[in-house]
Amino acid sequence: MKLDPKARYAKSHEWARWDGEEIVCGITDHAQESLSDIVYVEMPEVGDAFEKGDPFGVVESVKAASDLYMPMGGEITAVNENLDDTPEQVNQDSYGEGWMIRFNPSDPAEFDTLMDAEDYEAFVAEEEG
Amino acid sequence: MPYVPHSGEDRRAMLAAIGVRSIEELFEDVPERVRFPELDLPPALSEMEARWELEVLAEANLTTTDGPCFLGAGAYCHFVPAVVDAVLRRGEFYTAYTPYQPEVSQGTLQNIFEYQTMICNLTGMEVSNASHYDGATATAEAAITAINVHRLKRRKVVVSPFVHPEYRAVVRTYTQGMGLTVVGDEDGGENSGSAGLTDLLDGDTACLIVQYPDFLGRIEDLSDLAEAAHAVGALLVVVADPIALGLLKPPGAFGADIVVGEGQGLGAGLNFGGPYLGFFALRKKYVRKMAGRLVGQTVDMEGKRGFVLTLSTREQHIRRDKATSNICTNQGLIVLAAAVYMAALGKRGMRRVAELCYHKAHYAGQRIAEIAGFSVIDDKPFFKEFVVRCPRPVKEINDYLLDEWGIIGGYDLGRDYPYLKEHMLLCVTEMNAREEIDTLVEALKEVAS
Repeated sequence: MKLDPKARYAKSHEWARWDGEEIVCGITDHAQESLSDIVYVEMPEVGDAFEKGDPFGVVESVKAASDLYMPMGGEITAVNENLDDTPEQVNQDSYGEGWMIRFNPSDPAEFDTLMDAEDYEAFVAEEEG
Repeated sequence: MPYVPHSGEDRRAMLAAIGVRSIEELFEDVPERVRFPELDLPPALSEMEARWELEVLAEANLTTTDGPCFLGAGAYCHFVPAVVDAVLRRGEFYTAYTPYQPEVSQGTLQNIFEYQTMICNLTGMEVSNASHYDGATATAEAAITAINVHRLKRRKVVVSPFVHPEYRAVVRTYTQGMGLTVVGDEDGGENSGSAGLTDLLDGDTACLIVQYPDFLGRIEDLSDLAEAAHAVGALLVVVADPIALGLLKPPGAFGADIVVGEGQGLGAGLNFGGPYLGFFALRKKYVRKMAGRLVGQTVDMEGKRGFVLTLSTREQHIRRDKATSNICTNQGLIVLAAAVYMAALGKRGMRRVAELCYHKAHYAGQRIAEIAGFSVIDDKPFFKEFVVRCPRPVKEINDYLLDEWGIIGGYDLGRDYPYLKEHMLLCVTEMNAREEIDTLVEALKEVAS
């Protein structure tokens, strides 16, 4: 399972990472592997505002459709338009080219409530249990 | 998949294997007083006797083969070529189940794929689904698709009063509880022109629904309405008559985003109201919000062409409460009838059918306009149906036509449009011989006198 040491993790398998004043967010390597080949990502619109835990989109694979949840509250500043044509980037590079959204966090302190890489790894191991 | 019957020997062996003496013994958990209750039924009939009894009942019905029919209003007397039944009744098609397992369903899947392709050709759309129950539910699903395209942020559906009254009612039934407003037809059509509808379009409108030809049989250039809808970001839903599309410009060519309608006229026959066929086609960019099954073409492990149900992640058994519709079926057999009809007639045949409808309807209109007491409302061009103002209540005229002449008359528009009391919607199709039309004219002359 790949992890990004700079990112923090939600129990719903999204990762969040600071980039300047904004948060970049996507789904973890573990999530993309469980979903298998991703065929479509439904994204929010720039300007949409959400609270922590709100569903902001849907990721569709050949076998399932899963909601995506905000790891923190915020207003969307960008969505990864490349995923329209090449959703497989989520499988190939889930922490890099497979990023999904960028947002302006409404409460930066929420970042600290997320799991770090080590805790997330342990969390997944227990979930698989 | 072959039918696998049990022989008496098979049953005995199975009962012995589970240690049970008889099939009745398997029901011992059901309390005795209700286990095999006495039912107060008449004695069983032989096949011959049952047949006689059913024939007597059937003879009480009047069918459209008993006399000329001039009734339309959403269900039409169009010719069903013998080839349709010849293909339909093949056991492989007639008894086929849903094609969830593509390995054993290639015939069914190919049929649906061909149907989808022809519907796209006919409507000028890019993707068609595997069908809905009927035109009314397809229309409701179109409204719901538009709502979902707008991610539930727009709450208004604007509908023309000249969309079939029952379709408008079904749209309202289907969207109950969704917090939508369905507007545009409140005044019963009396003061409605395109201007009225355009005024209702705004940033809260998910879609505009119009019919083509409309319920009164009229053909209009819908490109202005398309533009007006798109200007506010609303989708244009066109409810179309597939037979008319053999002749008229396809809705895809003038800005439709979704095209739906009743496919009954494509080889299904009247069947006393069903089963019918709702076709549904739209622009590819909206495909992920579309309800219904979708068949796609692909290749198997050996690179050979094959067909499968595809984009299944739209459907409720995968997406659950996030699915945009709960429809998980299609009208497989009627789809086959429509596909056979369209393939047998082809582009030229369908055009010919449409031309016959058009010319015969106009001949009828012309002759009826000459009868004192009757007038034909023709301020707009019409296709195969037209409005006739009558000198007497429509019910009276229809009773007279049926009792004295054995003719099934047109639809009483006063039932749905108060301002059109004593107006009849008359339908003429390729099935109405010229003699039948002339006889109708003679009969109407008698009515007027």
